[in-house]
Amino acid sequence: MQKINNQRTGAFGEEIATQYLIAHHAEIIERNWRIREGEIDIVALQRSGVFAFVEVKTRSSIAFGHPLEAITREKARRMQRLALGWLATHGCFGCEYQIDAAAILLAPDGSHTIEYRANIL
Amino acid sequence: MSLAQTLSVALLGLDGHIVTVEVDIADGLPMYSLLGLPDAALSESRDRVRAAMVNCGESWPNRKVTVSLSPAWLPKSGSSFDVAICIALLSANQSIATERIRDVVFIGELALDGRIRSVRGVLPALMAAYKAGVRTAVVPTANYEEASLMHSMEIIPMEHLKKILSWLRTGERECAQEIDLAWQPNDDRLDFADVAGQPQARLAAEIAATGGHHILLIGPPGTGKTMIAERIPTIMPALDIEQALEVTAVHSLAGTFATRSPTSLTAPIVSPHHTTTRVAMVGGGAHAIRPGACSLAHNGVLFIDEAPECPPGVLDSLRQPLEAGSITIARSIGNVTFPAQFLLVLAANPCPCGKFLGRGRNCTCTSQQVRRYLGKLSGPLMDRIDLRVHLDPVGRLDMARTDLGESSADIRKRVISARAIATERFQGFGWSLNSQIPSRALRSTFKPERAAMSFLHDELESERITARGLHKIARVGWSLADLHAHEIPTLEDIQQAHGLRSGIEL
Repeated sequence: MQKINNQRTGAFGEEIATQYLIAHHAEIIERNWRIREGEIDIVALQRSGVFAFVEVKTRSSIAFGHPLEAITREKARRMQRLALGWLATHGCFGCEYQIDAAAILLAPDGSHTIEYRANIL
Repeated sequence: MSLAQTLSVALLGLDGHIVTVEVDIADGLPMYSLLGLPDAALSESRDRVRAAMVNCGESWPNRKVTVSLSPAWLPKSGSSFDVAICIALLSANQSIATERIRDVVFIGELALDGRIRSVRGVLPALMAAYKAGVRTAVVPTANYEEASLMHSMEIIPMEHLKKILSWLRTGERECAQEIDLAWQPNDDRLDFADVAGQPQARLAAEIAATGGHHILLIGPPGTGKTMIAERIPTIMPALDIEQALEVTAVHSLAGTFATRSPTSLTAPIVSPHHTTTRVAMVGGGAHAIRPGACSLAHNGVLFIDEAPECPPGVLDSLRQPLEAGSITIARSIGNVTFPAQFLLVLAANPCPCGKFLGRGRNCTCTSQQVRRYLGKLSGPLMDRIDLRVHLDPVGRLDMARTDLGESSADIRKRVISARAIATERFQGFGWSLNSQIPSRALRSTFKPERAAMSFLHDELESERITARGLHKIARVGWSLADLHAHEIPTLEDIQQAHGLRSGIEL
């Protein structure tokens, strides 16, 4: 039950992040791109022509720390490998890209806050 | 602006360097990196600072925090940077304004609840800050007494991070309670009056205190060697302020204020156990170089009981500081010089069993053991010992006497007036104690009287003393002359000095 709940929270957070990106004039290319090594939550193309690979972290409380603290160095490095993998499989290898992170905090009353960090590496 | 800086001080030995603590908060994953060659204790500052901030109701920036301690090449150690890092962080995080933290040195370790803990080396750190032109310092309340010795600086004692923050935000703070900064004169807990008998040793102690001559006490257990040695500081003149500051600075670095007040004017006495190591004796350490026993005894007495039991090399490591008055320690992080001008007092039993007296009837040692025992002290070290005194067991008569021996205060008066004579005599020569007269001066300007010199030359001729011994005897002779108010050492003074030096042939 808990697991399903967490998945729902995650999906909801990703939806919020997507809306945020669209509102900031980015084009959503792909969501939940998944290969054996892992998953990229959102691939977006910004107006500047730079690809953004976004990791979304959603939490309903900060009891376990800030959402972004869950992204360790190791995880960020894996994000980069995945990004290169995505670029290679989509024929865009060599394009300019960046790794972003979005932290979404869901309040019990249904409101949410988003914190978007560009270029976290 | 998410950039801010504060000042603190890094110590390498007694030398302090002003350290600029810069904090940058940039976008990115929550991260904390500390630059500037921190050691283990300093690297752990992150967790202390974070807990202290959060527990004081401040928010921790969940962003990329870079802390840089410059100059970057200087290795830094210890926890005294916590407060400076914390204030810079809060300032970079826009929580506090930057005006008040400019030109203020912050020193202190943070407890997890925000209290500020005492650190070592506050006095030398403030001295360095003063030299660098900083005039205001925030220090832990526990270090206030020591810090107040810097009269020319505004010292702000703080016991809690919250109090610092409210001061920085509102400009108001509780007035530091004035502490009574009177220098404490000699403490009178120990007194020479307690010592029964031993006139010879008492005299030797007085001469030692007068001229700064090193001394060796030999006697069976229970004759008062330790008692006498412990009382030598009580007959030495009180330190002047400059000397006291030097002593306090060294003790601050070693963190030994539990046993010695920072405002004490009594000459320090340090008595390391005979199992001590060379590093403990002269100072050292890999990360932070700490002063050893011989520096803690600076301007005072270094007393080594059971000296022949010391491992080989430990006593000999004192030869250089005895000669130079300071000790330079070289380690990979740098060279450090500590002052080490001390009066060396060695005590020894006459043999391993301690009963070799007179004809040695009760002694159970073999003759070879007896010879070898004190032989461990021989060589270059013994050459620097001017006074060698034999203590006999206290007799029935001495114990029965109800009138006490002379008190420390009386002896000290004589020592002070004798030292005053010497100081006046040596004005303009660059030394002040009789033990520091250079050999050349002893043969020209400060020659003992003619009869005394011819006595010494006779002794030299008959090979009973060496040339170095001749000079040593002349120096002790000068101390005796000062005590007896003779203008120059007389034959009698020199003969007495000779007797005191060669009392024990090793």
